[in-house]
Parts: sequence; structure tokens; C-alpha cells
Amino acid sequence: MSDLLRRILFLPEAASSLAPRVDRLHFFIIITTFIVGAGIGLTGLTFLVRYRRGRVDGPAPAMSAPRWMEAAFAGVPLSFFLLWGALGFEDYVWARTPPREAMDVYVTGKQWMWKFAYPDGPGMVGVLHVPTGTPVRLLLTSRDVIHSFYVPAFRVKMDALPGRYTEVWFEAVRPGRYRVLCAEYCGLDHSRMRAEVVVLEPEAFETWRARQLSEPTWVTSEGAAEEEVLGPLAREGRVVAARQGCLQCHTLDGTPHIGPTWLGLYGREEPLASGGSVRADVAYLTESMMDPLAKVVAGYAPVMPSYHGRLSAADVGALIEFIKSLHPERPEPPPVQEPDYGPLPR
Amino acid sequence: MAPSHDEGAPLGPSYLDAERGLWSWLTTHDHKRIGVMFLAVLLLMFLLGGVFALALRVELLTPGETVMGRLAYNRAFTVHGVVMVWLFLIPSIPASFGNFLLPLMLGARDVAFPRLNLASFYLYVLGAVMTLWGIFQGGVDTGWTFYTPYSTATGRDLLPVLVGVFVVGFSTILTGINFITTVHTMRAPGITWMKVPLFVWALYGTSIIQVLATPVLGMVLVLVALERVAGAGLFDPARGGDPLLYQHLFWFYSHPAVYIMVLPGMGVISETVCAFSRKRPFSYRVIVWSTVGIAFVGFLTWGHHMFVSGQSTFGAGAFSLLSMLVAIFTAMKIFTWLGTLYRGSLWVSTPFAYVLGFIFLLFFGGMSGVAVAVTSADLHWHDTYFVVAHFHFIMVGASLMAFLAALHYWFPKMWGRRYPEGMGIGTAVLIIFGFIATFLPQFLLGNQGMPRRYADYPESFQPLHVASTAGASLLGFGFVIVAIYLGWSLRYGSVAGRNPWGSEGYEWLSDSPPPEFNFHAPPIFPRPPHEYGPPRADGEVDHAA
Ligand code: HEM
Ligand SMILES: [Cu+2]
Repeated sequence: MSDLLRRILFLPEAASSLAPRVDRLHFFIIITTFIVGAGIGLTGLTFLVRYRRGRVDGPAPAMSAPRWMEAAFAGVPLSFFLLWGALGFEDYVWARTPPREAMDVYVTGKQWMWKFAYPDGPGMVGVLHVPTGTPVRLLLTSRDVIHSFYVPAFRVKMDALPGRYTEVWFEAVRPGRYRVLCAEYCGLDHSRMRAEVVVLEPEAFETWRARQLSEPTWVTSEGAAEEEVLGPLAREGRVVAARQGCLQCHTLDGTPHIGPTWLGLYGREEPLASGGSVRADVAYLTESMMDPLAKVVAGYAPVMPSYHGRLSAADVGALIEFIKSLHPERPEPPPVQEPDYGPLPR
Repeated sequence: MAPSHDEGAPLGPSYLDAERGLWSWLTTHDHKRIGVMFLAVLLLMFLLGGVFALALRVELLTPGETVMGRLAYNRAFTVHGVVMVWLFLIPSIPASFGNFLLPLMLGARDVAFPRLNLASFYLYVLGAVMTLWGIFQGGVDTGWTFYTPYSTATGRDLLPVLVGVFVVGFSTILTGINFITTVHTMRAPGITWMKVPLFVWALYGTSIIQVLATPVLGMVLVLVALERVAGAGLFDPARGGDPLLYQHLFWFYSHPAVYIMVLPGMGVISETVCAFSRKRPFSYRVIVWSTVGIAFVGFLTWGHHMFVSGQSTFGAGAFSLLSMLVAIFTAMKIFTWLGTLYRGSLWVSTPFAYVLGFIFLLFFGGMSGVAVAVTSADLHWHDTYFVVAHFHFIMVGASLMAFLAALHYWFPKMWGRRYPEGMGIGTAVLIIFGFIATFLPQFLLGNQGMPRRYADYPESFQPLHVASTAGASLLGFGFVIVAIYLGWSLRYGSVAGRNPWGSEGYEWLSDSPPPEFNFHAPPIFPRPPHEYGPPRADGEVDHAA
């Protein structure tokens, strides 16, 4: 019965312990809706035929709904809606409360890929291995914009936000490969941000994991990714820096030149020539561009010209963004322990 | 029942002839002319949004790249969404038909602030031009919701669009203030609150939402602009901001805004249901109070857009509960309209065909709304085509059907001419059918797991996409026919007479088209609106098309 309904309604297979719960309520709602909808349609059609103008020519009586009927108009649908709401909320609470013994996996969304990492080591891009019959808790975060982790066959969806953790859990019931999609619009390749959950029997999963741990063939792909880690605003900032001649005095690799290097500058405590120190935050950086002589860093000659009127507000924003991106080692917004990423065992 | 002048030949020139020349239109303070100018611009926007809609459907015909790349697709759905939501649906019925009819229905000579009314039109045009210019020169690809942090991180220049939508919002607020003031102060003697026509009630409810909610939108747009230009950091976690803050603020406006789109449509239906069944509403009171209820509870449900965003579990439950309350008001209206048909004298005309389509589509749109407001079910449906189908059923099915009903019902009032009725009914059937063929498959696509805003998709989703695109081409074809015969009727339609539908709505007491100041003599309103007797024998009701 459920399988037939599932097929009629184009629902994908129900491959997690949550899926049948969601589907059951879905069937309840859809069947009620269709019964009432058919009722409304038939009533409308009947009226249309019976009371067609020209067919009945008598005076239309002026009628008003009696009070009990007005109450029924509100009461009957409301009780259905509240029932659905209550049943749904029960399942929702269940779906958002991971069991204590759940296995943890860290998930990071990034334009446009999903990265998975297990606490004890192996991690990979685009493929998540899990055993059947085990609750798996996903700790989601994002490197850039909002993404949403979605496995249709599990009826599971949860947003991955930058600077935050969200969690979601599922228990796969059947071995197989299930599609992971991104459900929150995240830019150019949103529709290609796919991954896969590979569900294995517990023994097969252990075998797989043992092999992963013993053959650390992981490679770092971070160096190559540096280029795309730079957001659009930061990239714009690099262009501005070159165009405005900032780089004639400031270096990007840590060597001091005519001016202080920009590497690691953002957030650094800078000693001032006038004594004291200042934290290189947005306010200070902006001030230094507009009025460079206000606070000169100790050890440098006061030679920088003012860029007041030469940099637009957007330029300043871009420059700051660029400077911020220049960290000796990039601090990830969320402090996940990110292991290296292994090759895709496809 | 007749106004205080005799029927027969009009006593003075109509608003169309009172003055001539383009300049007299552009500087007019006449609410009817302003309504007509709004209508013209809105139709243009609808055309633009529609062309992009078809382009999107064509791209989705096959997986992979069909006619445009992913970047072009992302921009195209942004144009479609921004134009349809901000530039068409939100102002549509209030600014055009509302402007034209509200004073007529209250027996007033004009709205309370005619000059402000004209200003509101120019603000709208200015905002629309800025928005469109911004979209096209910046290649904006954020969608109509401008979610941060994508909207603050994207390299495209969003600023003109933000400012443009902001300006359009001002136009909305001014129209709202104007309507509220008019309803409060300019009702003709005899029109007490419980004798206010239902369309006016709907506009009143809408105006309240507009005035209360739109400033929030303005604020959000300013904040996004600040974030982009000055790096304010409100939504950026790296600077202590919160990306979810944007969503809360945005939906605090935009959930009520969906009722800005649909309430006026419900008002149109309340009018036409009575007129074409020659019955007084089954319960005037239910329609009025459900309108007020929607306007109020609509403010308390925004969190149902965020069930999977990481908001608290308890919060989700509360928003789900409140959403159920708002759905109930729509259900009450549907039952009341059906009750009004019961033992009426139903005239199957073009507006009436749209009314029936409206009721049916609103029902399924509303029920799918309840379905996505069920927290656990939304885990699966959120941000899929199920939601796309839901809001198109409501917004296209309800707002647009009502818009078409209004366009046909008040066509004789506005132009003094009629359109070919057979043509109208046939096209209405085609449009309703095309509509269902377009969006029904999208519910199933959502079930299957197809997320929205996808330029590309896995192969298994294709059959339903093909069905949807086929439906969309029928729908598009239907609109072309409507444009052709209505355009033709503007000049060559048969002359309508004062009240071709035999309607008892107050607006029909004036000439068709109405004279410059609406009534030649101060009208007297001895009876409640929608107080229908049997069809008249004096030939006033003309069945022949
Ligand atoms: C009657 C007029 C209605 C209109 C015009 C309307 C319109 C919309 C629109 C435009 C969206 C999509 C927003 C987006 O782009 O993300 C939406 C989503 C939604 N609507 Fe409605 N809606 C209506 C009624 C309802 C009702 C009665 C309910 C609930 C009882 C409801 C519940 C929802 C929910 C929960 C969502 C979010 C779904 C999701 O994103 O998962 N709507 N609606
Ligand atoms: Cu994404």
C-alpha cells in the first residue's frame, strides 16, 4: 500500500528510519486533501449545472449562513490542521534529536562540494560512507555561503551555515548509494553540488574504515584551492591594490618593505611610533588609507600618501577584505578539526 | 436603487474624454487615470516576467545545458522572480483596479490624496526602472529573496536593485496610506463599516499590511546595502553577525507580503461571486473578519520558512501552529464563496470561469501551504519544487486568476466596451488547464526530490519537467489570446452600457466609463452592497455576448 502510494506520488524509496514516518503523514494529508478537493469540485460543478441562469428562473432567495455553520467553517478544517501539525511536530522533534550513541561525521559545504570528515581521521570530498542500522549525526557548517544538505531518499535536509553548526541525524536502513543534493541556492554551480551517501553493511563499513586508516593516501588539495578560497570581494581587493600602487610599498609574503607587510596584518597588534599600540581592525585600516599619518607604525617612515578621494567606499571594502584574507595560515571560520582529504574511491 | 440621476445617455464626458493628450494623462490627479496607467505598466512587467518564465521552462526541458548556461539561468530566474514578485504581484490589483475602483465603490470623487497618488505612480516607475537597469547591468543572480551571505558575497553589483526595490516599496506604502485614509474619511453618507463593499475591505486589509510590513523590507534592503558597501558585518559571522538574522527580517516582511499579493484577489472574487450568482454573500461577516484575521495572523508565521535553517525546535513548533491558524481564514472564505453559489442564478461568463478556477486552485495552493507548514513534512519539501508549485498555485492561481477575473469583469466599466464572451470563456478554460498542466507536475517533482533554483538536474527528473514545460507553453499561448481579443475590444468591442452584468456593486451606479469626478450628482446608497434581487426583467441584464 505505502509502496504503491509512494510510486503514484513520485516519492523516492524510503531508505532511512525517518522516511516512513514522513511519508505516512504525507499520505494522510494528501488523501484528506483530495477527498475534500473532490468534494469542493463536485459541489461547484453540481451548482453550476443545477443553478445555471436560464435553467432556474425563480428569484434567488437571499440567504445567510447560520452561526453554527460559520463556526463549522472554521472548526472542522482547524481540527484537521492542528492534528497534522501535532503529528508532524512529534516526528520533527524526533528527527532533530540525535540519539546519544550516534556516530559523528563533520560535513562542510563549500562552493560547490561537500566535504566529509570522521573524528578519527579519514575524510573525503563528495562521498560519505555510513553503516546501516547505526544512527549517524552530521555536524554541518559552511565555508562560504549557506548550503543545504539534502538526501531525498532519507527525507533529510538541514542547512549548513557559515560560522555556525547545525546538526541532523539519520539512520540508513538499507545498503545502497543515495544522492546528496544542495537545496539552498548557493551560486553558479548550485545545481551541480552533488555528493553521495554510500551505505554499507556494518562489517563492510568496518573493513572500509580499517583500510582507510591503514593506508593514509590522503593528499592535500588546499594549496590548489587557495585561489578559489579568495572570495570575489577579496579578489577585487587584490586588483585595487595593484592598480593603486599599494604593493609598491606593502608586501604580501611577510617581508617588511617600505611599509609593513599585509600578511597576517588584520587583527595584529601594531606598536605605534607615538607609543602605545593599535589593533589593525577595519577602523584602523580604513583610517590608515584615508589619513596615514594619524597613527604611524613604529619603525616606518611617515611616507604613505593619503588615499582620501582616490578610493571609493567599495574599493576600501574590497581592500580590507583582501587584507583579511592574507593570513599566514588561513583560520577557518568554524574551528573544525579538518583532516586532509582522501582520494575518491570511485 | 438607481443613483440620483436618470439612466440613459451619459450626462458628461467620461474620464477618458475629459481631457485629451498624453500630457493630460501624465499629470492627471484622477485616480481612474492613475489606475489605468498602473495597469499598463503592470501588464508590461507581467509580459517581461512571463518571457523569462518561458525561457526558464525551455532550459529545463532537458538536463544539462539546453539553451543557456548556468550563469544565465541563475540570472534569468532572478529577473523572473524580482519582476513578478516585486514589480507585478505586489502592486498588481491594488495599484490598478484598487485605484480605479476604491473611490467609486465608496461614492467618493477621488482618493484622499490625489497628488500623492500620482507621486506613488512615478515612484513605482522610478523604482521599476532602477531595479530593471540594476538587474540587467549587474547581472544579479541572487533570486528575489536576496539571501545573505550570498547576496553580500556575490561579485555582481546589487546596489541599484536594492535601491530600486526600496523605492517601489515606498510607492506601496504611499498607496496604502492613501487607501486607508480614503476608506476612513471619504465614505459617502450611508456607507457604514458593515456596508463597505468586500473588495474595499480586502484593499483595506492589504493596505494595513503594506503600511506595517513594507518599512521592515526597506530596513532589510538598507542593511544589505550597508553590508555590501561598508562591510557592516550584520549578517557576516566572521564579524560577529548572523546570517539567520537576515532570513528572520526578510520573512517578517515577505510572509505578510504574500498576503499583499492574495488578499486583493480574494476581494475580487468576493465581488464577482456575488455578481454572477445574483446572491448576497453567504456570510459578509465571515469574509470581513477572515480578511482582518489574515492581515493580523499573517505577521506571526514567518518562521515557517526556516524549519531546516537551524532555528530552535520549539520555535519551529510555534510557527507551525500559528501557520495553521492563518490557513483557517482561507478555508472559511472558500466555504463562504461556495455557499454563495448555492441556489444562486449562476451566469457562466468569463470572469465567473476565472472565479471557479480561482477557488479550485486556491484550495490546492492553500492545502499545500498547510502541508509545508507541517514541520516533519517540510524536512523533505523545503526548497524543492513542491514549494515552487505551492506558491505558484497560490500566487499565479489566486492572484493572477483574480487579476484576469477583474480585468474581464471591470473591462466594460473601464472602457465602456465589451469583449467577445465566447472567446473569453474558451481562453479561460485553456489558461486554467495550462496552469494545472504546468504546476501539478512540479508538486511531484518536489516529492521526487528536485530542489528549486537548479539550472541542471539528474536525468531521473526529466519526464516531469517535460510535462511542466508543455503546460507552460499552453499557458503562454492563452495569455497571447487574451491580449489579442482584449486589445481588439478596446476599439471594436460592442458598447457596454452602464451596467452590462446587472451587478449591484456600487461602482456600477456610475456611468461606464465613469465621468471625471465619478458621479454627476452625489450618489445615495440606501442598501447594503451585494444586495441582489432576482434578475431584472427590464433587459438590463444582457446575456448575449
Ligand atoms: C494564501 C496565500 C499564500 C501565498 C500567496 C503564499 C505564498 C508563498 C510563497 C511565495 C512561498 C515561497 C517563498 C519562497 O520563495 O521561498 C511560500 C512558502 C510557504 N508557504 Fe505559503 N502562501 C500562502 C498561503 C500559505 C498558507 C495558508 C500556509 C500554511 C498554512 C503557507 C505555508 C507556507 C510555508 C510553510 C512555506 C515555506 C515552505 C518551504 O520553504 O519549505 N502558505 N508561500
Ligand atoms: Cu549549496
